[in-house]
Amino acid sequence: MSKELNPELVLEKLKAQFGESIIKQEEGSDMLTLEVAREKIKEIISWLKNDPELQVSFLTLLGGVHYPKDEGRELAVVYHLHSLIHNFRMRLKVFMSIGQPEVPTITDVYVGANWQERETFDFYGIRFKGHPNLTRILNEDSMDYHPLRKEYHLEDGTREDKDDRFFGR
Amino acid sequence: MSKLKEEKRFENIPSLSQETIDGEIATLNLGPTHPATHGIFQNILKVDGEKILSSEQTVGYIHRAFEKLSERRPYHQITPITDRLNYCSSPINNMGWHMTVEKLIGAEIPKRVQYMRVIIMELARIADHLICNSVIGVDTGALTGFTYVFQEREKIYELYEEICGARLTTNIGRIGGFERDFTPEFHRKFQEFMKKFPKVLEEFDGLLSRNRIFMDRTKGAGPISGERALEYGFVGPNLRAAGVDYDVRVMNPYSSYEDFDFIIPVGVNGDTYDRFMVRQEEMRQSMNIIKQAYENLPEGDYHADIPDFYLPPKEEVYNNMEALIYHFKIVMGETPVPVGEVYHSVEGGNGELGYYLISDGGRTPYRLQFRRPCFIYYQAYPEMITGQTISDAVLTLSSLNVIAGELDA
Repeated sequence: MSKELNPELVLEKLKAQFGESIIKQEEGSDMLTLEVAREKIKEIISWLKNDPELQVSFLTLLGGVHYPKDEGRELAVVYHLHSLIHNFRMRLKVFMSIGQPEVPTITDVYVGANWQERETFDFYGIRFKGHPNLTRILNEDSMDYHPLRKEYHLEDGTREDKDDRFFGR
Repeated sequence: MSKLKEEKRFENIPSLSQETIDGEIATLNLGPTHPATHGIFQNILKVDGEKILSSEQTVGYIHRAFEKLSERRPYHQITPITDRLNYCSSPINNMGWHMTVEKLIGAEIPKRVQYMRVIIMELARIADHLICNSVIGVDTGALTGFTYVFQEREKIYELYEEICGARLTTNIGRIGGFERDFTPEFHRKFQEFMKKFPKVLEEFDGLLSRNRIFMDRTKGAGPISGERALEYGFVGPNLRAAGVDYDVRVMNPYSSYEDFDFIIPVGVNGDTYDRFMVRQEEMRQSMNIIKQAYENLPEGDYHADIPDFYLPPKEEVYNNMEALIYHFKIVMGETPVPVGEVYHSVEGGNGELGYYLISDGGRTPYRLQFRRPCFIYYQAYPEMITGQTISDAVLTLSSLNVIAGELDA
C-alpha cells in the first residue's frame, strides 16, 4: 500500500478544485462525509476517479434517503466511494427538493451505477438525468408511487394492536 | 395510495421479430423458473444458433422490501431479515449486521466472541463456496461432486444447529456476542469436521480442477477483465478471479481478522475456471483461518458487557428486578441508540456485503441500506456472455454465484 490518504488532504484538494460546490463537511461521521452541489456531483465523482493522487475509483454504494421534515431538501442521494489503492473511504451527499428530484447520472463514470440508480428511482422517485434506461427495477412497472418515501407506512393503518401510543412513544 | 394501474404482466414477453421468423435469430427465455438459473431471475437471450447476440435481464421476482421493513423493526429484529439475503451463508450476514450495530453504539467486543465469530463466518464461507463450486460441476454435467460435498455442507449446518438451533436461516448470535458458548457437542462435531473435511475437499478438487472435460468447458467461459470488473463494482471471489486482490478481511479488518495468517488467492483471466479455482483455494484458506482461530481461542465471556442490548440470563429475569427491566426494554426496542451514520462491511460469500445505517435515535433505523454484491455485479452478465454459447452462459451464471435472495432483497 502506498502512502496514507487522510480526510484533510482530500477535502483540501476538493475545495481547491471545486470551491463553492463543496457545501459542507458533516462532523462526527465514521468516514469523510461531504455535502456537495447537486449539479456538480458527476464532475466531482469523475474528478475523484481520475485524479492521479487520490484515485477514489470504486463506487461502493449508491442510494437515496428521504427526510420529509427538511423543507426544500427532502430527498438525498448518498454515494459511498472507496479508493482501493489508498484504502480510503468517503461519502458524498446531494440534497434536493421533492418537487424537483433530479440529479445527473453517473452511469458514464461508473457503469455499475446503472442498476443502483434505477433502484433509487424505483424507491424514491429520484430522476437521474441522462440515465440510459431509467425504469423500475425491483417493483412492478405499473406501480405509481415510490414506496420507500416516508409517507408510506409499512403497517396497515387500521391495526390498533401496534399503536405506538401504547408504548409511550 | 391510489389504485394500481392496469396490469401489464405480459408486456415484457418478447414477441416474434421479423428476424426470428426468417429463421436466423431466435429468442430464448432463460428463466425465470428454469433449472439452469438456480434462482428466480429471467434472461431473455437473442441467439444465432448457439451463439448469444444480446441478452436482457429482469430482476425483482422475490423482492421483499427489506429496506422498508427494517425501518419499522427494532435493531435486534432485523437480524432475521439479513438471513434471507444470501441464504447460502446467512451467518456472515447476521454477524455483519451485529457488527454494524456494535459500531454505532460503540460496544467493545471480547476477543473470544471475535474469534468465535471468525470460526462461524469461515464455516459459512466454506458452505457458500461448496454450493457454488459443486453447482458449476453440475452445470458441466458432473453431478458426483455435488452430491458428495453436500454431505459436508450438512455437517456445517449441524454445527450451526449446535450453536443457534437453526440451519439455513440461522439468526445466529446476538448484538454483543452469542446466546450461548460453544457446547461440548459442538466441539466434538467441529473436531470431527476439521479432521475429515480437508480430505473431502481434496477429493472434490481431484474430480474437477484438472479434469480435461471440465477445463475445456470452463476455460474462457464468461471472462471479464480486472478493469471492467472494477467499473461494474465487482467484489469478492469474482473480482479476485479477474486479478484484483481486494478482500475486506485484509483491507478493513473486522472481528480480529488481522490476527490470522492467510493468503488471498487471485486469478488471471476472470473466467469461470478462475472463479472456480479462487473459490477452491479460499476454502482451503478458510480452513486455515478456522484452525488458527480455534487453536488460539481466548478464554473469557461469550458476550460483551452491554446490558442495554444483550438480554440478561432467563433465571435473572425471573428473580432480579433490574434484569427484568432490561429484558423488557430490549424486547420492546426501548433502548437508547445514538444518533449517527455508519457504514460497515464484511467479506460475505460473494464479496463486500455492506450495511449503511442511519439512526435518528429512535427505536428503529431511520434508513438501512444493504450493499448486496450480487445486485451490483449481476449487471455485467450480458456483457460477459455476449458472443458465447448458451451452455457457457449457464456456466457463467452459476460461477458468478448469483443468489436470488441477495439480488432482490
